[in-house]
Amino acid sequence: MADAFFQFLLRMGDNTLVLGHRVSEWCGHAPVLEEDIALANTALDLIGQTQLWLGLAGAVEGKGRSADDLAFLRDAWDFRNLLLAELPNGDFGQTLMRQFLFDAWQTVMLGRLMASSDKRVAEIAEKASKEAAYHVERSGGTVIGLGDGTQESHARMQAALDYLWPYVGEMFEGDAVDAAMVKAGIAPDPADLRAEYDALTGRVLGEATLTIPDGKYAHKGGRTGYMHTEHLGHLLTSMQWLQRAYPGATW
Amino acid sequence: MSNEWPLWEVFIRGQHGMSHRHVGSLHAPDAQMAVKNARDVYTRRNEGVSIWVVEARHIAASSPEEKGPLYDPSQSKVYRHPTFFDIPEDVGSM
Repeated sequence: MADAFFQFLLRMGDNTLVLGHRVSEWCGHAPVLEEDIALANTALDLIGQTQLWLGLAGAVEGKGRSADDLAFLRDAWDFRNLLLAELPNGDFGQTLMRQFLFDAWQTVMLGRLMASSDKRVAEIAEKASKEAAYHVERSGGTVIGLGDGTQESHARMQAALDYLWPYVGEMFEGDAVDAAMVKAGIAPDPADLRAEYDALTGRVLGEATLTIPDGKYAHKGGRTGYMHTEHLGHLLTSMQWLQRAYPGATW
Repeated sequence: MSNEWPLWEVFIRGQHGMSHRHVGSLHAPDAQMAVKNARDVYTRRNEGVSIWVVEARHIAASSPEEKGPLYDPSQSKVYRHPTFFDIPEDVGSM
């Protein structure tokens, strides 16, 4: 159970860590100043949540590892994030589509975790849920604006959705870790989030005049650690290089 | 550039402020996005509890050339300042 709890917390923390780093790659590069700052804010929110999730993960593991140790000193095969989170930014539309697909899941998930039997999990969820509520409003609004925008923006958003949608299924795949979390009342069965997720994404994507692709195929292997995409290793070399090159460096 | 988003002026009411104050401007495609952008650009260090935005073209401003007739006459009217009254403590901020 302790190991399952640790794994669950890694999944939560690695999602926000990896996506937060991805979003931070936009800093100084977004199409307009306002979006640049908004993306940086989102990235910082996600990194802040990571400190809480991975901090608790280290405490639950009980081997003296801090959130920083877990973030900067694990290699790709030890990461437990959804594949969706590590996918490249692509264009601005693809980044916002990825953000929306994640934010929608996160708001539903955090809503359930606020009722967790573990008080620490419930408290992190409550704090993070306010940030997530703003994120999904912003990313959802942009997805609608660009989807139901010009011919060019619509085509880009549809292409982004076609590319990213096969990575959504992984969010709802349960395994033994999830079963242990359900049994302990710590977290919901991932599959139970699907209906609420589909309702939310269906409404926004519909308003964005975008078509959800047919087909049930789901890329997976991120949250179990079975197999990440080629993109994660590249992300980690950039994110972890300082601690790798100068072990223990602080400022 | 004709395809640039319109300019919005942003007013924020601070934690302890009584009224909204002009803090700057930004670009946004519509009012809703202007509020969101204002939230992200101007309240990220916990500066505010309320945001107003108004499209800059809707603000009517006095002309700098008229500042003589507009403002100079009030310079010599010291009796218009309510500095001769004692304000009771209970009134609080005014």
